[in-house]
Amino acid sequence: MSTLNASGWRPEMNAGGADDTTTFTGNRALMLEEPLIFEIGLTGTTGVDFDEAAPALDLGGLARTAPIGLPGLSEGETVRHYTRLSRQNYAIDLGLFPLGSCTMKHNPRLNEKVARMPGFADIHPLQPQETVQGALGVINELAMWLIKLTGMHGVAMTPKAGAHGELCGVLCIKAALEARGEDRRVLLVPESAHGTNPATAAFAGFSVEDIPATPEGRVDLAALKARLGPDVAGVMITNPNTCGLFERDMKAISDAVHAAGGYVYCDGANFNAIVGKVRPGDLGVDAMHINLHKTFSTPHGGGGPGSGPVVLSEALSPYGPIPYSARYADGTFKLVEEESAGAEHPDTFGRMTAFHGQMGMFTRALTYMLSHGADGLKQVAEDAVLNANYMLRSLEDVLDAPFGASGPCMHEALFTDDGLAEGFSTLDIAKGIIDEGYHPMTVYFPLVVHGAMLIEPTETESKAVLDQFIGALRSVALRAKNGDPALKSAPHFAPRARLDETAAARKPILTWSEPVVAPGTPSLSEIGGS
Amino acid sequence: MRYLPLTADDRSAMLATIGAATIDDLFVDVPAEARLAGPIEGLPDHASELAVERHMGALARRNRAAGDGPFFLGAGAYRHHVPASVDHLIQRGEFLTAYTPYQPEIAQGTLQMLFEFQSQVARLLGTDVANASMYDGSTACWEAVVMARRITKRAKALFSTGVHPHYRSVARTMAKYTGDALVEADPELVPATDWADLAAAVDKETSCVVVQYPDILGRIDDMAALAAACQASGALLIAVVTEPVALGLIKSPGEMGADIVVGEGQSIGVGLQFGGPYVGLFACKAKYVRQMPGRLCGETVDANGKRGFVLTLSTREQHIRREKATSNICTNSGLCALAFSIHMTLLGEAGLRQLAAINHGRAKAAAAELAKVPGVSVLNSGFFNEFTLLLPTAARPVVHKLAERDILGGVSLGRLYPDNDGLANGLVVAVTETCTAEDIAAFAAALKEVLA
Repeated sequence: MSTLNASGWRPEMNAGGADDTTTFTGNRALMLEEPLIFEIGLTGTTGVDFDEAAPALDLGGLARTAPIGLPGLSEGETVRHYTRLSRQNYAIDLGLFPLGSCTMKHNPRLNEKVARMPGFADIHPLQPQETVQGALGVINELAMWLIKLTGMHGVAMTPKAGAHGELCGVLCIKAALEARGEDRRVLLVPESAHGTNPATAAFAGFSVEDIPATPEGRVDLAALKARLGPDVAGVMITNPNTCGLFERDMKAISDAVHAAGGYVYCDGANFNAIVGKVRPGDLGVDAMHINLHKTFSTPHGGGGPGSGPVVLSEALSPYGPIPYSARYADGTFKLVEEESAGAEHPDTFGRMTAFHGQMGMFTRALTYMLSHGADGLKQVAEDAVLNANYMLRSLEDVLDAPFGASGPCMHEALFTDDGLAEGFSTLDIAKGIIDEGYHPMTVYFPLVVHGAMLIEPTETESKAVLDQFIGALRSVALRAKNGDPALKSAPHFAPRARLDETAAARKPILTWSEPVVAPGTPSLSEIGGS
Repeated sequence: MRYLPLTADDRSAMLATIGAATIDDLFVDVPAEARLAGPIEGLPDHASELAVERHMGALARRNRAAGDGPFFLGAGAYRHHVPASVDHLIQRGEFLTAYTPYQPEIAQGTLQMLFEFQSQVARLLGTDVANASMYDGSTACWEAVVMARRITKRAKALFSTGVHPHYRSVARTMAKYTGDALVEADPELVPATDWADLAAAVDKETSCVVVQYPDILGRIDDMAALAAACQASGALLIAVVTEPVALGLIKSPGEMGADIVVGEGQSIGVGLQFGGPYVGLFACKAKYVRQMPGRLCGETVDANGKRGFVLTLSTREQHIRREKATSNICTNSGLCALAFSIHMTLLGEAGLRQLAAINHGRAKAAAAELAKVPGVSVLNSGFFNEFTLLLPTAARPVVHKLAERDILGGVSLGRLYPDNDGLANGLVVAVTETCTAEDIAAFAAALKEVLA
């Protein structure tokens, strides 16, 4: 028996013969190992037929001469490669995906069908505006829904993701301060806020100061008030916060910040907990991004795309980015971009992306809103909160719930690793739950508590699914409390056992290269290493 | 409310478990005065699948799709044929409905795909390493400028006049707040780029020079001399590619010495979609890897010694470094990166080269045909699949008149540079494999009619 591939996708046959863990191919029944395209593809192979021959070139000496090194597969091989890879993934289509703060809910397929209508999928961002009136209408209709749902004054549609929306909101604050002739440099960020907030503030040139949380898991109002002053541009607050709690003092916070001349940015990643129940505009918020993929279920595809429109108060609306879609009295739509901004939107801080935002996500989100309606969206928030509280109360006898006494949680339930057996941690529970057939909850976030586990079931899970997950998590939690050594090496039944992340970071291998390296040749990791 | 599975009985039983009398008891922390009594006014109630599809279908039909007739728009977004299997595969639920691969043991599908994507992108752009995608080309371009400032500790960026005006606009927005100085100017209607002037302008304050290849007017030029000038002054050369199909045929920016290469990957595997979601490409020399923004996927082994993949170098990222992160970017374009990677795998090197050659051939044929229209000339001395026509009159009204004849004939420089009258007669025309000989003939005939 030989090792067919040094990099290990085909494990070496056990010298003593077959045992019960390895096979010659590395495949185990329906669980198929899959090599890289670079190991199975050939640069001469293509899965595409062209109906014409390559013409003569006229490239003035710039024609490529060296090979690029791109492998190709036939169509059948391509379908197999990606289908096999897909089977190594957990996804919401396979089961409960309880990532707190990330919000993984059912993705309705009508959204996908609509987004693929040629009138939406196959139009160019710079087409004459009279040929894209329906698309501009979608942007306008979605903007109207967002304004009404949040009770705000305007909305910036172009930000490409939640963090990009944060940047948009913070730039609006900066532009508003500049218009007032004030140079306020400090943004306050409570401990219970998302990690992107301080990075965003710094990227926009602010300095960041933390505001502590109370033992209850909410913003310390007294500490916040004490820090306000003429150098404070505003606060970036997450509500509901990352402990899963509603900031009861939100209105008082807004009033205090406004009285001190600052603005309130609310991270709206968790809007699904309150949509249809409370309008952030009524709580004094000046800017809030909405992750369309979370609250309005556009697929997140293994890490993106996202979409992060930002709703704005009357005070900040004049500063929002271009382009945007404006509706005229005769029912037609027009894009306000660089050319007309001077007349129609003179205080804009400018453009933050090449085109009009995540149009493909807008159609999906609007489809979702229309399917639910105002009545359904209220039910969405209620069921999301009901499911999370059911989770909290059903598990708090086996897992430490640090804010269990702080009142009901919102859409997510927070636990910690307090009370596990010596040497057992949140990570062991997370990896243990994989063997039970679930994606783990969010771990080690938020940072306010030690060994956090943040569970967000969402409103699209049934009671039966919740009960089964609760049962599985109870059993894993009890094993961690009892110090079951098998848990330390979990997962045992996943496509891979625990991966060595330290080695990956120490000597990064970020691209594929031929495994045969001449003696003395430095590897990429040696060149790129610290 | 077909997506909500709880029954009334479920809700009652769950409230009993929680120990709450009503659902509103779970919202006690929301101040009573802010709580909404009923559904929000002015919004409709829920609707059936059929009714929603009908409404959205009506909106879709108010748009003229690219496939409905002759279509020649580019300028940063390109229409290419995407093989059917690409969309089929990205719609597999295990890809479509997965999250960021935070738990690598059960996300190897996404992670291996990202590793393959990084490898494909690095090879195509001619660099050592690439990240796992950005939002789009324009934001990737700005991130590259920020990265150059971090590396060089200088804050003056020189933008070539050929860089897409919207990309420059994004950079200008951000520079206002971060203190970078940008040097830029509108292009002139000349056949070749101004990279010699740019090379002469590089000084000790320059963090980077940003060029586009092919540029906004479709011009292609060798950037090797510019790369050498940058290197001599300690500045970085950033190359922007908005039409990556071109790199199947022409030398890559990395090959010519660019330090950072960013791009818009939309034209491989991702549809036009009115501007997004797209897929930003970001690649650089290996020595700068720890200064990169965004997600990176790396190879490692699992506890049994099997090869596997993880997200890595996360100490650069916002969730660890907070205000000291290399970028605030958190989401990438995972699904669009998957589409890019699948399309690239289907093409392979042979297919990509052939696709590129067909694009180039079609564009040459179209340029020759359109230049026959009285009063019309082609600006470019060299181009890939996009070139600039000089019309005897302002191009903007011509575009609208062509649209009335159902020809989408390009992007007028008047729309891209509304403040520059000197560019008003320019029309940027893109010709891909989707344009037929009949489309080109119809375009030429309509243009002749409109200009007559």
